[in-house]
Amino acid sequence: MQHVLSVLVRNRAGVLTRVSGLFSRRGYNIESLVVGTTEKHGISRMTIVVNGDDNIIEQVIKQLYKLIDVIKVQNITNDPFVDRELVLIRVRVTKESRAEIMDTVLQVFRGRIVDISGDSMMIEATGDTGKIEAIEAYLSSFGIKEMARTGKVALARGAKDRRD
Amino acid sequence: MKTGAEVVIEALLRNNTELVFSYPGGAILPVYNALGRSPIKNVLVRQEQGAAHAASGYARVTGKAGVVIATSGPGATNLVTGIATANMDSIPLVLITGQVSTDMIGTDAFQETDITGITHPITKHNYLVKNSDDLAEVIDEAFHIATTGRKGPVLIDIPKDVAAGKTKGTVKPIHLPSYQPTVKGSMRQLKKAATVMENAKRPLIFAGGGVVAAAAQKELAAFAALIDAAVCTSLMGIGSIDTKNERSLGMTGLHGRTGANLAMSECDLLIAVGCRFDDRVTLNHSGFAAAKKIIHIDIDPAEIGKNIGANIPIVGDVAAVLTDLATVTTAKTNEDWMRQVAAWRGQWPPQAAADNSLMAFQITAALNRLTPKDVIYTTDVGQHQMFAAQNLEIEAGPHFITSGGLGTMGYGLPAAIGAKLGAMKQTVIAITGDGSFQMNFNELGTIRDQNLDLKIVLFNNACLGMVRQLQHHYSGDAYFGVDLPGNPDFGLIAQAYGFAAFRIEKREEVFPVLEEALQTPGTVLIDCRISKEDMVFPIVLNNQPLKNMIYE
Ligand SMILES: Cc1ncc(C[n+]2csc(CCOP(=O)(O)OP(=O)(O)O)c2C)c(N)n1
Ligand SMILES: [Mg+2]
Repeated sequence: MQHVLSVLVRNRAGVLTRVSGLFSRRGYNIESLVVGTTEKHGISRMTIVVNGDDNIIEQVIKQLYKLIDVIKVQNITNDPFVDRELVLIRVRVTKESRAEIMDTVLQVFRGRIVDISGDSMMIEATGDTGKIEAIEAYLSSFGIKEMARTGKVALARGAKDRRD
Repeated sequence: MKTGAEVVIEALLRNNTELVFSYPGGAILPVYNALGRSPIKNVLVRQEQGAAHAASGYARVTGKAGVVIATSGPGATNLVTGIATANMDSIPLVLITGQVSTDMIGTDAFQETDITGITHPITKHNYLVKNSDDLAEVIDEAFHIATTGRKGPVLIDIPKDVAAGKTKGTVKPIHLPSYQPTVKGSMRQLKKAATVMENAKRPLIFAGGGVVAAAAQKELAAFAALIDAAVCTSLMGIGSIDTKNERSLGMTGLHGRTGANLAMSECDLLIAVGCRFDDRVTLNHSGFAAAKKIIHIDIDPAEIGKNIGANIPIVGDVAAVLTDLATVTTAKTNEDWMRQVAAWRGQWPPQAAADNSLMAFQITAALNRLTPKDVIYTTDVGQHQMFAAQNLEIEAGPHFITSGGLGTMGYGLPAAIGAKLGAMKQTVIAITGDGSFQMNFNELGTIRDQNLDLKIVLFNNACLGMVRQLQHHYSGDAYFGVDLPGNPDFGLIAQAYGFAAFRIEKREEVFPVLEEALQTPGTVLIDCRISKEDMVFPIVLNNQPLKNMIYE
């Protein structure tokens, strides 16, 4: 099963290598890993989506805690949380398909058109993973030329301070 | 203002460093120069791997961090085996490597290697210091991390310009909010454990290297007496209880003693203390836990449930946990179980073969009679290591220094150097094999330089015996790549360094020759010619449970 871990780390040289190295070395399956700064100077948040049963996730969390630069690991999978992903997709367009694609992207997916050329169009969309997958599925029938997904970032809802 | 290198040496002194194991080179030169002007004793080794192993031996007998200094590139990569060995066995080391100047990093400069990258997976933590002002703090942190919690090696890579640069070298208090090892066990868990112990009829304590690392031997023996339990150990746990203790069944596992392995199968409660259920012990994880309750005490929460699930996990320092556990546990006796334990103890050692050939077992038996109190053994890796682990009488304490987790041939001799330097008053005996000895016997030169008194007992079977034994069991005696006909006369090698040499070829020579050798002042080498056919028994073959030991 898929778990979402929200990990606070000291933003030291090599911390990303340590975390990603831990996953590959111990054979854990990372679905996505996103790093970015937080409100606190010198502290970054990694949002890691990882596959595995409960035992594996427990090991992942314990092993993460062993890294000196890891401050806090929250498994927010079963908590209410907000997650977002951003995608850029360059899709093939023809005279006939252009209007329909634009309409659907803007109306249904609340996306944006960020670039247009002769035979293609670049679309930007944000949302949870389900929405990103839906837009990808929709556009694939027209022919996706290139795509870049950021991977998931997530934060737990509410203001409670988690200790685990 | 001081130089970074001076700050490094100050930090070593602040952290009670009396000696370092080192090997010089260009990138480490600034640090080396400062070292030369300091009161710290320098032990110049012959190869950097030797420095790491020696530091490990030193750390294990003193309980302090072993300190290593080496240069960049090949100096640093030569450390890798030693670092991995220490990491697997949770031995505290602080390793300082030189690095090319910061402006050259990433250019494939002369003798540049990314040693922090290389050692990420085999250190507890590591640093590349880019600013001279950070040196004091980083080194203090490194000692703290290496020697607390689950101990381990920490490497600090220092570019040449950072060591040469000027700094105030300000010392700051250690601030590591993300690193707070748990020392005390949770009272709730302790009480649960106490209840389980009351109902146990056949309790067995399985002690690992964590007991030795925490110097919790007294607490362990007292606790075993309190609940009337038997005690067996892992390879790394040898030294957690005196083998002469009536509760001690010796080492368990693939080459475990008969009684220890049977006790593992027959106990109804297993109290695992400071161990990680290595596959050399559990063999097949699935059947291991059957029909018994398991209490698992360890400083590292990640070890609990990693290999074997525990009914009652307790995270904490084993000495602290055992002390607290004793206060909530009621004393009891288990007469039937202890009668069985006594019977198992009586069954060991097995009888020697009828023919007159020299056997390893006779050497260990003679050592048991001849060695003084407080003797420290180091071993290499192979059959001789298992003979030693099964048969030597070992006192409680860091008296058995071996490479457990990584099984590193070449560990024994340099580890003996470090052990001796850490315990000059104690007799140190290196048990080695003809294969292992040839991995690092260059360190005889270090022994000469330092004028050390080591007794080297070489189990010479003219082959890589342990691998040969595997080929016996699993390859139908198709021996390949295991004979060493090119072996030198090891006695002559010892003599070339100015050491006395002895040779034992027959049974009747064992006792008198060993007696003379052990009484000879200074380092001696005793070349014991044992038969290739002298294999380690019992052994448990692949996919078998512990109780299915075979003896031929
Ligand atoms: C560095 C290293 N290389 C290879 C091995 C695999 N290995 C384990 S035991 C052994 C043979 C050891 O030979 P020796 O030191 O003569 O000991 P013996 O088994 O003959 O007593 C080998 C090759 C190892 N453990 N370490
Ligand atoms: Mg041999």
